[in-house]
Amino acid sequence: MILLIIIGMAIVTAIPRVVPAYIVDKVNFPNWINRWLNAIPYAALGALIFPGILSVKPDQPHVGLLGGLIAIILAFLGFNIILIVIGSIATVYFLTF
Amino acid sequence: MPSNVMQNTHRSTRLIMIQKGISKGLPIMMGYLPVAITYGVLAKQAGMSLFELTLMSVLVFAGASQFMGAGMIAIGTGAIEIIIATFVLNFRHFVMSLSFMNRLRGIGLNWKVPLSLGITDELFTVASIHSDEAKQDKGVYFYTALILTGYFSWVFGSFLGGVLGDVIPEALSQSMGVALYAMFIGLLIPSVKKELKFGMIAIIAMLTNAIFSQFLDVGWAIVVGTLVGGATGIFLLKEDKA
Repeated sequence: MILLIIIGMAIVTAIPRVVPAYIVDKVNFPNWINRWLNAIPYAALGALIFPGILSVKPDQPHVGLLGGLIAIILAFLGFNIILIVIGSIATVYFLTF
Repeated sequence: MPSNVMQNTHRSTRLIMIQKGISKGLPIMMGYLPVAITYGVLAKQAGMSLFELTLMSVLVFAGASQFMGAGMIAIGTGAIEIIIATFVLNFRHFVMSLSFMNRLRGIGLNWKVPLSLGITDELFTVASIHSDEAKQDKGVYFYTALILTGYFSWVFGSFLGGVLGDVIPEALSQSMGVALYAMFIGLLIPSVKKELKFGMIAIIAMLTNAIFSQFLDVGWAIVVGTLVGGATGIFLLKEDKA
């Protein structure tokens, strides 16, 4: 039964991922759709960050928010992304210690 | 031997692309390992065997839905409900894949199809921020190495979590929950520093997602937020940009 669930989950996850490969192979988009698709990564980053970051520690939304704030500051200062991640983890660690 | 020389440059360009892909995948590895270990632990507790929980990572490769799936298996939810919920939660990858595949137009289907299967939130955003490689010689090796780095971290971490059980101390694993968010921020900010409008696109997506998540499933809210935020790009972006 669990195997069946896994295979079903794999199929419904794979189809939305693969279909676009065939779409772009067949269809040429007008420029406004290209601009839309080019903006998708930035929009996705926004939608993935907020409000999800509030639930890093579900009962204390400020913890995730402060971890994010440190990440923003370190990123603006031009730190390497690994250091940004470490700085943010450390912040949350000390806030919840 | 001119042909030999050419072959060598080809090989080294490929090698450089592979190395670059792995190095850009390292932050994803850092984020994935603890999350995957946690998934492995939870899935084991949910009653899945080591083989089943690792197979789910191999075949599904979508973190949030695997946590959800393991949780639903634990409380005895029916297969159809779990599969439908997975579809809803992962449908955002359709939008992401369309954006990424549109950049890979010059590359054959034999590469596009396997690369599309590797699209997760993290790999899509990292790959998209490095969009120049799509136009470069052997750029496809960059994306392949990047995706495989993330994929193997995820699969290996899941297996490790299933074998070892609770290895990461509670306080640390909770702190590591912020890792992927920090990575998203670390990807977004440099683009915002270059062009403020990328920040506007992201903020509109954030607000749209926050509003719609009040009454929609998380999966659909992210899809709506991404589409609406992206739509502002129709007016904000110029043709050759981004």
